[in-house]
Amino acid sequence: MNRWLAGLLCSLPAVLGSGVQPVAAQMLMNGAGATFPYPIYSKWFDEYARVDQGARFNYQSIGSGGGIRQITARTVDFGASDGPMTDDQLGKAPGNLLHIPTVLGAVVTTYNLAGNPKLRFTPDILADIFLGRITKWNDAKIAAVNPGVSLPDQAILVVHRSDGSGTTYIWVDYLSKVSKEWDAKVGRGTSVNWPVGLGGKGNEGVAGQIKNTPGALGYVELAYAIKNNLPAASVRNAAGKFVEPSIETTTAAAAASATNMPADFRVSLTNPPGDHAYPIASFTWLLVYKDQPDETKGKLLVKFLWWMIHDGQKYTSDLLYAPLPPQVVKQVEARLGEITYQGKPLLAAR
Amino acid sequence: MTTAAASRSLSSTVVSARARRGWGDRLFRGLARGAALSLILLVTAMIIGMAGAAMPSFRAFGWRFLYTSTWDPVAETFGALPFVYGTLVSSLLALVIAVPLGLGAAIFLAELAPVWIRPPITFLVELVAAVPSVVFGLWGIFVLAPWLRNWVQPALGASLGFLPLFQGPPYGVGMLAAGIILAIMIVPFITAVSREVLLAVPNTQREAALGLGATRWETTRIAVLRYGKSGLIGAVLLGLGRALGETMAVTMVIGNRPEVAISLFAPGYTMASVIANEFTEATSDLYLGALIEIGLLLFAVTVIVNALARLLVWSVGGAVKQVRE
Repeated sequence: MNRWLAGLLCSLPAVLGSGVQPVAAQMLMNGAGATFPYPIYSKWFDEYARVDQGARFNYQSIGSGGGIRQITARTVDFGASDGPMTDDQLGKAPGNLLHIPTVLGAVVTTYNLAGNPKLRFTPDILADIFLGRITKWNDAKIAAVNPGVSLPDQAILVVHRSDGSGTTYIWVDYLSKVSKEWDAKVGRGTSVNWPVGLGGKGNEGVAGQIKNTPGALGYVELAYAIKNNLPAASVRNAAGKFVEPSIETTTAAAAASATNMPADFRVSLTNPPGDHAYPIASFTWLLVYKDQPDETKGKLLVKFLWWMIHDGQKYTSDLLYAPLPPQVVKQVEARLGEITYQGKPLLAAR
Repeated sequence: MTTAAASRSLSSTVVSARARRGWGDRLFRGLARGAALSLILLVTAMIIGMAGAAMPSFRAFGWRFLYTSTWDPVAETFGALPFVYGTLVSSLLALVIAVPLGLGAAIFLAELAPVWIRPPITFLVELVAAVPSVVFGLWGIFVLAPWLRNWVQPALGASLGFLPLFQGPPYGVGMLAAGIILAIMIVPFITAVSREVLLAVPNTQREAALGLGATRWETTRIAVLRYGKSGLIGAVLLGLGRALGETMAVTMVIGNRPEVAISLFAPGYTMASVIANEFTEATSDLYLGALIEIGLLLFAVTVIVNALARLLVWSVGGAVKQVRE
């Protein structure tokens, strides 16, 4: 009854709008969560509405924390998060929640130095700068990996995100993996207790502060750095190679991790193996219940997810996200097959 | 009741008119009372709701929350002192800059300016009041902060650097930038309200003062400003209220570092900013509780600051009067 009413209400504007054309009842899917993938999600929802006339999506980019809270409370049909949910959080959910990776994001080190030299960093250097151990640009450690670059005798001003964000999570997750001291003193989270530095609000706040301050260094999303032509440092990866951040090297990071991907995809991709892998990268996930409470909505959701990991991936590069590598797509396919309604798989019934 | 009884004997038409009026009065009184009560209920409901959500934080930290200054979301150790300090200092700084400016502009517009120039300036002042705060914030990042870092802070450091207020490296962003941005944002409020207050001062006041041989300045000071004192205080408090609660613009220029630093060049943090920054990603109950407790604290600080400001002005005003008498 309720569904019938909802369907009628949803289709009413469509019927009125399209005049004589009869339109099938539209289903409104509600989602909420991460802000980082919002541009690609809204592109997907828009494109998918053309593929499947019966689907309409409403996505609120309220942040990963809000997305996790809302899917746990079942006030939305799907959630979205930039960081994997903890075991504790999963335990609080009323059902079995699946993490479906959608795209990849990377975080780059950007800086403001006279002459815009191309810089290279090792994991130690990045950790030491953010711990406040390296305070000058002409530090011997930085000079050692940047031969030929004239580094000024200038203080390094560290700039980090002030707002809780998935970007910060990826960044400090990386620092926690490469530095024991960071892991013990600061740890990982969407906001942390920074040992040094200033906080800027959003990518634009961090980038603005860096652009305006000679000697500043901070981190922003790869997409933001590419769009705004910010200098981005190469980072030495686990294989010992200096890798420049790009969409290809980000996807390579996921491909390198595909061999030992955990079944629930709750994996941190930072510091992966692989010669070409850029080490500061991560998935972003949609959160859906394994057992769907509503057959129609569940079918629609699974159909959309299938489209997303196949056809949808072609829209990623325009928006500067890294697509899922083919190995991971295969793994996600298998996972989608496990989504059920009252024990009945929804994918087979497509 | 007795008057109603008396009039009943006089004329029935008057009685019915009066009864009708009494009924209308009662209805009006009831509606107005309901409106006032609903405000009180709303505030009470808000406080109860917030206190409930902040309970995990009350339990974990107790009074320590007020005087410790560690803010570590990973270890879940929270202390609100840097945020309270930042809110108070940035708002105070804003008032120090904005009150003379705002009152001066209002006096000029109401008392001194040629009549033809008043409407356009008033319009401009009201226009600035309508600018969204994110615009002020962006202007702060891209114009004000570099200007402060390259010119103002080095100059202040060189001339007044012996004061702890003006020491440390110039970042541009920080407490000083936040105070200036807030001042710019509240000047139009103070100006617009003060101007209305000054315009409401009866002309007989001015005429009396001028008639006694007072100069323009004496007339303004004795006859106009003193007469409108409570209204002017209201204007300043309105500005203060906005400064205490302002979020976006301050977040963009204050540096967002939870530290108590004496220097105005140092980065700071405010209560409204930390809520705006971290609320969306706060996943644990304790973290969320700590942020909501900050919200309650902001509420309390606003009430206390307003009460103190009124007390202060009343006591000062009273003392001055006694001396004059």
